[in-house]
Amino acid sequence: MTELQAHVFKHRHIFGLEQMSREDIEFIIATARSFKEISNRSIKKVPTLRGKTVVNLFLEPSTRTRLSFEIAAKRMSADTFNIASSTSSTTKGETIIDTARNIEAMNPDVIVLRHSSSGAPYLLARHVACPVINAGDGTHEHPSQGLLDIMTILEHKGSLQGLKIAIVGDISHSRVAGSDIIGFTRLGAEVWLAGPATFIPYGVESTGARIAATVEDAVTGADVVMALRIQKERQQDPLIPSLREYAIRYGINRRRLERAKDDVLVMHPGPINRGVEMSPDVADGTWSVILDQVTNGVAVRMALLYLVIGSGKDNQEPGEG
Amino acid sequence: MTAVIIIRNGRIIDPINDSDGTGEIWISGNRIVSPGSVDAGDAIRYDAAGSWVVPGLIDMHVHLREPGEEYKETIASGTRAAAAGGFTAVACMPNTRPVNDNGSITTFIRKTAETCPARVYPVGAVSKGSRGEELAEYAEMKEAGIVAVTDDGHPVMNSQMMRRALEYAGSHGLPVISHSEDAALSRNGCMHEGFVSTRLGLRGIPAAAESIMVYREIALAELTGCRMHLAHVSTAASVDLIRRAKERGVPVTAETAPHYFTLTDEAVRGYNTNAKMNPPLRSEADRRVIIEALGDGTFDAIATDHAPHSVLEKDIEFDLAANGIIGLETAVPLTLALVRSGRLTERRLVELLSVNPARILGVPGGTLAVGATADLTVINPTISFVYTEEAVLSKSHNSPFLGQTLTGKAVLTICDGRVGHDELQAR
Ligand SMILES: [Zn+2]
Repeated sequence: MTELQAHVFKHRHIFGLEQMSREDIEFIIATARSFKEISNRSIKKVPTLRGKTVVNLFLEPSTRTRLSFEIAAKRMSADTFNIASSTSSTTKGETIIDTARNIEAMNPDVIVLRHSSSGAPYLLARHVACPVINAGDGTHEHPSQGLLDIMTILEHKGSLQGLKIAIVGDISHSRVAGSDIIGFTRLGAEVWLAGPATFIPYGVESTGARIAATVEDAVTGADVVMALRIQKERQQDPLIPSLREYAIRYGINRRRLERAKDDVLVMHPGPINRGVEMSPDVADGTWSVILDQVTNGVAVRMALLYLVIGSGKDNQEPGEG
Repeated sequence: MTAVIIIRNGRIIDPINDSDGTGEIWISGNRIVSPGSVDAGDAIRYDAAGSWVVPGLIDMHVHLREPGEEYKETIASGTRAAAAGGFTAVACMPNTRPVNDNGSITTFIRKTAETCPARVYPVGAVSKGSRGEELAEYAEMKEAGIVAVTDDGHPVMNSQMMRRALEYAGSHGLPVISHSEDAALSRNGCMHEGFVSTRLGLRGIPAAAESIMVYREIALAELTGCRMHLAHVSTAASVDLIRRAKERGVPVTAETAPHYFTLTDEAVRGYNTNAKMNPPLRSEADRRVIIEALGDGTFDAIATDHAPHSVLEKDIEFDLAANGIIGLETAVPLTLALVRSGRLTERRLVELLSVNPARILGVPGGTLAVGATADLTVINPTISFVYTEEAVLSKSHNSPFLGQTLTGKAVLTICDGRVGHDELQAR
């Protein structure tokens, strides 16, 4: 643990990977590794966060991420409260700040926020006394997912330095891609993006990623292929003509995957539309590390909760944003 | 009783009279008179040494929120802010609640403004309720006092409606002011589309959402021969279209706002809702072209698009926050920054902030000629001040410039012969 202790983790809030240095990211993952073993014990519980209160404020539906944070908190003996509601621009009446004030009355030690508006964690952090962890904000970032993706790649490849990572699909609307691109490039990987131009956001090259002309180009020689979920419900903006055409032109199938390295890792943030982003044989094939991603998600979230509330540090920086 | 006001030692900049030099301005009643022509026995005397005396500034694009949203701004508070910022007149957009689409709302605004420290020129709606479906009654509103029509806040998406608006407004001598935005292209967007929007995960509004409509407006002005004024122009592509239209003699005029030549989309970082406006803050390349176009005459006017919003609309999620910033009290220092950097001459500043707005709206002012109405502003170009929330006279504080040290400000504002704002102090 000497290497771990050498790094001072100075983030009060977890807004995104953008604020994190390479050392921060490596430190979180090293911490997560040390927690991962707890999940393999017969009694999967340590007293690390006993007496601490974790509020999961999920203002946009998400079963998977919420469950993962909840399990992470419980394995460290924290008390968890889940608050869920659906927000939309029409329910402006109760603002996120009203909600925050009510939660303050419970004296939480951390609030884990999922919200449909990009930047909502910054707003919340300005109005509460405790740390805020971003569990996905709009189309901005999903830092815990980015970290678990990094952790999964590191477990199989040892390092991200020099890896070719292809991310295929709806980059524009993916907060996972937002975090992944920053995290992967910061750790030295070469990130290639592929998809129809309707899915590639303006100026994304400023993050260090490159845009491939075709999925084939992106996948060729890749060490990791990550497919992103296609949101079937997006209709107001005509992004693709049909899932059928998308599956044929951009889906990750066996034929496309053969262009990648032999030891390629296939990833997906889930839930998968089988037969659309990815053919079933690829999703369930030997390359797939999709279930490792889920397991690592708990470990990463344990690490984040521990680092913002449990490590007893008092060298906290003022809230950003 | 006719009060006499004498302002001495100021640098008088009056482009219409082609004058720029130290001198005296005498005011008797509500007129500018020639020095020495009236009894100066108990005149109020100002020493304006080191300052500029210019025709009263006119902001041709503000939102006063009354009637309907008085918690954000009232005609009284808005005109106090105007006078403090050096404006002797403002044109207020019709997107109040209810919309100013009929003579009685226009009359209400005029009446309410009568006792205020700055003139208020109501602008009527292009269409009833600004819904873009039926023409509003321009003749009745004109009689009640409107100086132009616009559906500002909403683009007129139907091109035939805009064509008819131009023709009908033209027959009543009114210009049409266009809020140029292709609503389908900008839908759900909350900032400029660029690498900053991508980084922040915020839906972008491409520059083309504006320039597409700017081109349509130019084409319609050309078709009808009627006067079209383009509001809050923010992009390089729009500037290019306007420049070429003017070369062909199309009857278009255009304004931009201080924030478009001062800030870029970088100001949104940190999800700062005080940098959220529509059109959004653009790229550095756009900003440079906007500055150039102010200097070379492509733009006719600088208007603030003063858009007060309370914390209720601003201290919320960025994508849900209201568009707009206040601007009346910062326009002079922000514009002066261009003069200091050599991008704008003093004369051009006066043309952009006074002469041309008066001409476009067809209202008095814009000159210090003897006999003209006594609307004038004294600007101290070197005084520095911290722009703080406490000092803001507007009812709302939504400005990205709060906390900044600004240089140059209006120190005396006289409207219709009456002092509306005074930091110069008579002696
Ligand atoms: Zn507008």
